[in-house]
Amino acid sequence: MSSDHHDVKKSVRSYFMVGAALFVFTVITVAVNQVHLAIPAAITVALIIATLKGSMVASVFMHLSNEKRWIYGALVLTVLGFLILMTVPSFTNMDNIGTPIHHEPAPHAASH
Amino acid sequence: MEIPYTVETRPDTGLANGKLGIWLFLASEVMLFGALFSTYIILRNGAVEWPHGELNVWLGMANTFILIGSSVTMVMAWASLKLHDWAKHRLYLILTFVLAGVFLVNKYFEYASHFAKGEGPAHSTFLAIYFTLTGLHGLHIIGGMIVMAYFIGPGAKLWKKSPDQFANRIEYTGLYWHFVDLVWIFLFPVLYLL
Repeated sequence: MSSDHHDVKKSVRSYFMVGAALFVFTVITVAVNQVHLAIPAAITVALIIATLKGSMVASVFMHLSNEKRWIYGALVLTVLGFLILMTVPSFTNMDNIGTPIHHEPAPHAASH
Repeated sequence: MEIPYTVETRPDTGLANGKLGIWLFLASEVMLFGALFSTYIILRNGAVEWPHGELNVWLGMANTFILIGSSVTMVMAWASLKLHDWAKHRLYLILTFVLAGVFLVNKYFEYASHFAKGEGPAHSTFLAIYFTLTGLHGLHIIGGMIVMAYFIGPGAKLWKKSPDQFANRIEYTGLYWHFVDLVWIFLFPVLYLL
């Protein structure tokens, strides 16, 4: 990170701008939620906005847009690990791949 | 013996030791929260029904505003040090601490309303993962507040002795704090909206 006096002075404005943008994105997230989209669409929109907000925090507040390569290296490994963690849940569905879906009758319905 | 590379950068990494240290710590934190997010996905995929509207969206939104605001004040606390404005640094750091406290007070009211209705973690799968994720996040808020309280109080003496080292410590505190904010940015839609 550049800690030069002049650079920091210039960055101050961007901190407030990003803060304001994060407020706006939060309002948009809630507003979209009030529209009651279908679940897959709602998840996609909410996660896209959250990812945008997260990248703004990381790049501007955490100064990741201008860091040393050792930190980028550590983060690449972290992202890789995180992606593996997020992929693990999909394995829980793999036992059912190719199996036809059939609905069992509810126990009380079967007894009649 | 003095701890080396607290201010000056190491020739091999180009970083002060504390900077690399805090990033490695944050990397481990990503994996901790990542494991819990992964658990959330497994539980949600396996659930026949998933509740909607169980949580107070407006309180969650207010807490999002509070944490974003605290991230701005935290980065300004660091920037003020770099601009050699001690009074502003104190103001911004104390503001960050207060905002963190307000976040916890809101969370307390939220938890209290659930418990009053008998909705503890054992009530449902959703509430179990909700309390686990937000509880762990709340512990991180408390951890951040302890560190901030130290730098508002006894730790502030370092500024006179070694201003650059103090500025670095505030920067590392800030990196941690922004991470806590970042986690909430994902927790809010995942738990309150979806």
